Amino acid sequence: MTTAVLFDNVSRYFGAVRAVDRVNLDIAEGEFFAMLGPSGSGKTTCLRLMAGFDQPTGGHIEIFGETAEGVPPYRRSVNTVFQDYALFPHLSILDNVAYGLMVKGAGREERRKAAEDALAMVKLPGYGTRRPGQLSGGQRQRVALARALVNKPKVLLLDEPLGALDLKLREQMQEELKSLQKSLGITFIFVTHDQGEALSMADRIAVFNEGQIQQLGSPEEVYNQPKTRFVADFVGSSNVLSTKLCQRLGLKAAFASLRPEAIVLAAPSNGALSLAGTVAGQSFLGATNRVVVDVDGARIAVASPAAHVVPAIGSPVTISFAARDLHPMEDA
Amino acid sequence: MRSEKSNRAPLSLKIAAAGGLTFMHLPILLIFLYAFTTEEKSYQFPPPGLTTQWFGVAWDRPDVWAALALSVKVASIATATALMLGTLCAAAVSQTRFFGRETISLLVILPIALPGIITGIALRSAFSMADIPFSFWTIVLGHATFCIVVVYNNAVARFRRISGSLIEASMDLGADGFQTFRYVILPNIGTALLAGGMLAFALSFDEVIVTTFTAGQQSTLPIWMLEELIRPRQRPVTNVVAMIVVVVTFLPILGAYYLTRDGDQIAGAGK
Repeated sequence: MTTAVLFDNVSRYFGAVRAVDRVNLDIAEGEFFAMLGPSGSGKTTCLRLMAGFDQPTGGHIEIFGETAEGVPPYRRSVNTVFQDYALFPHLSILDNVAYGLMVKGAGREERRKAAEDALAMVKLPGYGTRRPGQLSGGQRQRVALARALVNKPKVLLLDEPLGALDLKLREQMQEELKSLQKSLGITFIFVTHDQGEALSMADRIAVFNEGQIQQLGSPEEVYNQPKTRFVADFVGSSNVLSTKLCQRLGLKAAFASLRPEAIVLAAPSNGALSLAGTVAGQSFLGATNRVVVDVDGARIAVASPAAHVVPAIGSPVTISFAARDLHPMEDA
Repeated sequence: MRSEKSNRAPLSLKIAAAGGLTFMHLPILLIFLYAFTTEEKSYQFPPPGLTTQWFGVAWDRPDVWAALALSVKVASIATATALMLGTLCAAAVSQTRFFGRETISLLVILPIALPGIITGIALRSAFSMADIPFSFWTIVLGHATFCIVVVYNNAVARFRRISGSLIEASMDLGADGFQTFRYVILPNIGTALLAGGMLAFALSFDEVIVTTFTAGQQSTLPIWMLEELIRPRQRPVTNVVAMIVVVVTFLPILGAYYLTRDGDQIAGAGK
């Protein structure tokens, strides 16, 4: 499999701040790759390093086998969908989409046809004569996508592509982006702070914190087997069991993670582990009830199906879970 | 809740406003009136008679044409210089962060806040110290100092409204620095530059003080008018020229006003 983007020990320091700190990445051609992390974790800086808007302080970057350091953005076969879309306000939608072809010197007719095809691809046919100001947020996002794809890049970078859209539109665009990526076969690399977005769209996820990759793996791996406490917390609010609880459960690890939905509020069936505690709190989340159980001072969240009866606050309860759902973690 | 009535001004305020405006503009109308008077030695009111002969007289006087040509040349070159340097300076100050940025911004704006007489004296002594003979170019230099400010001020305001990602988007799509300037930056700051340029031209065209200190033997149009007022003969010629100056400077300023007013729609939709 060909490597699309390679980061070899890449760092980017801004003065004393280590925005990106010795990051290694190997993104394959045709992959849908997510960089997930809180703001300031270095994910956007990594994207800017790939696009060429920024240069690394140390390390080596390759794009399709070619050294990327010092290559300006306009000589990279990489295009970006910007967080604020960055549509040119003085140009029509058609001219916006055709911009990349125009600066390359393509003929008027060729430009028009390619731009119209690109607009049709993002389901905005016939919008070419309008101005960016006349479009809704979701439509601008599609135009930005068409504009980036019209150059037929080898890698498409997306910076928080769905951040400004409302929930319904976001879910719809997730589907569309995914199927678009499949049909085009282009490498998509996107930055997000929304773990749900990363889990639902990406083939692989790199979880960033403080300039470093905490974990890199498939959505299932990152979700089910968080390697560090940060990943456990950030990707879907896992319970982190302390050393004391681990020992009580016969686990030889300093910490372990346990997903709320892996726990049931019932006595253990055969082979399952269990802990006794009292109900400390409860909230209704729609499909599930979030029940917080106090086990000797440690608060453990349980996602209980909404159909199940929730015991009253203060009443004793037994929680149980399968041993394979308990994942030992490297560090705190 | 404010009632509709409170938005309406009382009569006394209306009269005061009308009085203020009259006080400002009536003297200008008098200038126009005296361009048609038959009395050539003094400005007596009312004019003893009306004539259009002074337009013909002004047309035939070579010193009017020389002064006008010099003023137009100076204003054009000072404006062109200001457009180039002011835009570059605005781009640097608004698009990048560097040590001393605020200081440079202040130093660029300072000449318009300084009294012209100080700029004039400073330039005059600087030219003498450097042994630069007073010429057409010293006038241009003097005017450029304050022309840069208006161009800079207009351009910097517009540059701030261009989101940085527009320039990055252009580069990302394959445009080099020159293409980005031509296809993205220039269309977005174009009207601001036009407005700044027109203001700069108008400022230069009627400048007296700095010109007095930096000109050699030449007279720009305002200097010529000042000299002409002292002479006793053919006074209405000055009024004819003054009328033309008003029209020549008023039109670009009016244009600049309309262009910057529309600017919001041109550059506003950054997202």
